[in-house]
Amino acid sequence: MPARPDLRRSSGLAALALVVLLLPLALQNNYHYEVAILVGLNAIVCVGLNLLIGYAGQISLGHAGFFGLGAYGSAILTVRYGWPPVGAMLATTAGVALVAWVIGRPILRMRGHYLAMATLGMGIIISIVIATEDRLTGGPDGMSVPPLALFGLALAGERLWYWMVGGVLLVAVWLALNLVDSPHGRALRALHGSEIGAEVAGIDSASHKVRVFVISAVYAAVAGSLTAHYAGFVTPSKVTFFHSIELVTMVVFGGMASTFGAVVGAALLTTLPQALTVFKEYEMVMFGAVMMLTMIFMPKGLVPTLAARFASRRPSP
Amino acid sequence: MLLKNLLAAVVAFGCGIAQAQEPVRIGAFLAVTGPAAFLGDPEQKTLELYIEKLNAAGGVLGRKLQLVSYDSAGDAEKARTFAKRLIEQDKVDVIVGGSTTGETMAVVPLAEAAGMPFISLAGAVVIIEPVKKWVFKTPHTDRMACDKVFVDMKARGVAKVGLISGSGGFDKSMRGECLKVAKNHGIEIVADETYGGADTDMTAQLTKIRQNAQVQAVLNAGFGQGPAIVTKNYRQIGMSVPLYQSHGVASKEFIRLAGEAAEGVRLPAAALLVADKLPDSDPQKLVVTHYSREYQARFKSDVSTFGGHAYDGLMLAVDAMKRAGSTDKARVRDALEATKGYVGTGGIVNMSATDHMGLDLSAFRMLEIRKSDWTLVK
Amino acid sequence: MSAQFLQFLLAGLTVGAIYALVALGFSIIYNASQVINFAQGEFVMIGGMTTVSLTAIGWPLPFAIAAAVLAAAAVGLALEKFAVEPARGASVVTLIIITIGASILLRGVATLVWDKNIHPLKAFSGDAPIQMGGATLVPQSLWVMGITLVVVLLLTWFFGRTLLGKALLATSHNRLAAQLVGINVRHVLLASFGLSAALGAVAGILVAPITFTSWDVGVMLGLKGFAAAILGGMGSGPGAVLGGLLLGIIESMGAGYISSAYKDAIAFVVILAVLFFLPSGLLGKRSTDRV
Repeated sequence: MPARPDLRRSSGLAALALVVLLLPLALQNNYHYEVAILVGLNAIVCVGLNLLIGYAGQISLGHAGFFGLGAYGSAILTVRYGWPPVGAMLATTAGVALVAWVIGRPILRMRGHYLAMATLGMGIIISIVIATEDRLTGGPDGMSVPPLALFGLALAGERLWYWMVGGVLLVAVWLALNLVDSPHGRALRALHGSEIGAEVAGIDSASHKVRVFVISAVYAAVAGSLTAHYAGFVTPSKVTFFHSIELVTMVVFGGMASTFGAVVGAALLTTLPQALTVFKEYEMVMFGAVMMLTMIFMPKGLVPTLAARFASRRPSP
Repeated sequence: MLLKNLLAAVVAFGCGIAQAQEPVRIGAFLAVTGPAAFLGDPEQKTLELYIEKLNAAGGVLGRKLQLVSYDSAGDAEKARTFAKRLIEQDKVDVIVGGSTTGETMAVVPLAEAAGMPFISLAGAVVIIEPVKKWVFKTPHTDRMACDKVFVDMKARGVAKVGLISGSGGFDKSMRGECLKVAKNHGIEIVADETYGGADTDMTAQLTKIRQNAQVQAVLNAGFGQGPAIVTKNYRQIGMSVPLYQSHGVASKEFIRLAGEAAEGVRLPAAALLVADKLPDSDPQKLVVTHYSREYQARFKSDVSTFGGHAYDGLMLAVDAMKRAGSTDKARVRDALEATKGYVGTGGIVNMSATDHMGLDLSAFRMLEIRKSDWTLVK
Repeated sequence: MSAQFLQFLLAGLTVGAIYALVALGFSIIYNASQVINFAQGEFVMIGGMTTVSLTAIGWPLPFAIAAAVLAAAAVGLALEKFAVEPARGASVVTLIIITIGASILLRGVATLVWDKNIHPLKAFSGDAPIQMGGATLVPQSLWVMGITLVVVLLLTWFFGRTLLGKALLATSHNRLAAQLVGINVRHVLLASFGLSAALGAVAGILVAPITFTSWDVGVMLGLKGFAAAILGGMGSGPGAVLGGLLLGIIESMGAGYISSAYKDAIAFVVILAVLFFLPSGLLGKRSTDRV
């Protein structure tokens, strides 16, 4: 019985690995690589966020806050305190996990729109603190970040980063897929369906929710740290409410409760603004229109809708 | 032998013609939408207008100019991606852009690594201090604004000042500079309040400043709608000590927004704002009057100093290309650095290896708002 | 009462009244359709910008205001008809994304129809400050607070006494039962969007003389209005008004007494604290889960 999902899982992962391996054939210059790397970084955050939104059914409108904590944590530790970048990244990730765990318990007691508001508030508070404490964070103009270095060797350059981000993405997707199929994942889906029902079946919903909240925060923080070192610069613009909404949109676009959907959503919404520049002053109108039309006609998201259409075409056994 | 030479000459000639056909690409990333649209919109319009005019007059070095511009919406990461696109994909010859400091600083490493001459349109002093080989800027620095204001305050006998600023990058940077240079002028900052970018009421902060009996003048370091609201609130709660604004509000829009409350407010600004009031002997008179007239005629809206900075950026780049005789990036960079006596809307530009902005304090004029119009002070 | 405290209080009430109007818009739509309309802030923008345009071409203020409110209501109806209705039955998150897309679209259209500048609107009755116990107030603040009060009273009468209003209330309590007694739920939905849009527009027009208006003025106001609606209890009319006023006062007091830089953060911390103890907001319905 479990054979089917296993096959789908590993074939999906293999397909993604193939895409990552072969994509460079289509990338002609550093700008293309840059977009690909940004897609990868966004995808990492989205895969984690999808676990929270899609599988556990909890909404977060503040995940840019965790991304920002990851980015600024790395930046501050390496620039102000001279830590080695990899150590800073590990410490930052651990720190964000702790913060998520502490905030998670009280916040996840709320439901629906109240939870949305609480996560929104959390994200905004984080972004205000970052923008205001300019002695530490460089304020609204941000701060420079040294490149990622391993044993003193600087890791820079688009090609290298492409492979690094690709690798991290594959690991992130693999972990997420494993999580979804684990007892923890099944517990999450149960409590998504009905929290009370799940509790009756003996699932400690509060601790499961907090756990997935922390995991999704860790995904975001890692992506944040990587972004800071890749760009060599960090500003509060990535920590805003708008970016949180962008992330949620990517997850929903691609398809909730679908890890690959999250990757597809991230890919689409990261490249779309680049493609829309041809519209010049109509760019915003086009972007809004695309968002609305896609959600109206494909409310479950791209990947599930296409998968369903594909499955219905296959002759029934 | 002769045939081979002939062939080589023909090929070279052909390439030369092809090269001549290639337009000179001016790359730009500007905050046309978003919170800094105040800056990016006139910048974009200015670049479009003047590239059109330059092309009508024959272009540069016999080639047409082509503008490749993107809207970075005030977001440093978008700016970075677009700058990369300009450098790698669009292969532009020079970049004029970066409406805000955050966007500019994110792009500086790219310009330096790619050897791309980059003329920034943002304000903070950190852009050119320390000097970076490939990065230049046209707007006056925030530190200059502080200096100009403090000099004027001192002349009016003010020694203790209240500061109020917003939370944006420009505001914070200028506030930092003012705090640093105040003592050089014998001025002490005795009150320091801040407000948020989207705030609609600053009476709370101004009330706190008013309660401080030591304050003899107030400086508002900000841009956008904040300073207009500060000015209105200032009159509303009846504060009588002199109010100074920054060059961030150097546009008629500020007067329109603040209304009667703006009467008596002083601020440092480029001569562009008082083009028609300059004496004919003023070296900038011609340039600023022409730009003013042409911008207003085409866009039916008031001229802004931000558009003026874009004008200066474009013209400096074109002038450098003419002096270098080519669009080779290294030669253009050298020519930019050697700019001397160039008359722009912002002032007279004299660059050097240690000064990639080229303006001094005289480039700023002290203006006072009287009867809803700008007047030159002294 | 110290003059300083009074100054902060008046400032807080003025901006709080605006938040209350926007929050009411959120609550009304939520009640009728369970949708959080993130485009609510854009109605505020449309109200203010339309009034500015019309007065600029010479329309007398009252006509400009009426036309602006109608224009916003029309946009609200269009939003319901073309964006929300086709997505009937979609998940909550999907609907949120649709309204966010709509808000981006509306802002994009605004930059094309108008421009990217900030625009003032003349105050309804002048700018001369009014002295009140050591604090000062601009006449427009009185307009804001007064009109908000009138609007709240009108809404109370509307929901309590008119058929459409009662139909709206009935739909919010139990849609199926409302349909069973013959209420045309589709019309109710349309009406709720139109009404919320009108409320948003009124807020935008009232506050434009004090805070100016521009193509993106709706973003922050929409966000704060949403926060206020949640604070008061999403779906509760009195909650929205209470939430709005409280939010305005907390912001003002926070700026005045604690830290003006952290004013917004303080407000959100307070909201989170309230939600911690009262997970459904101050006056929100204590929801019961059916298993």
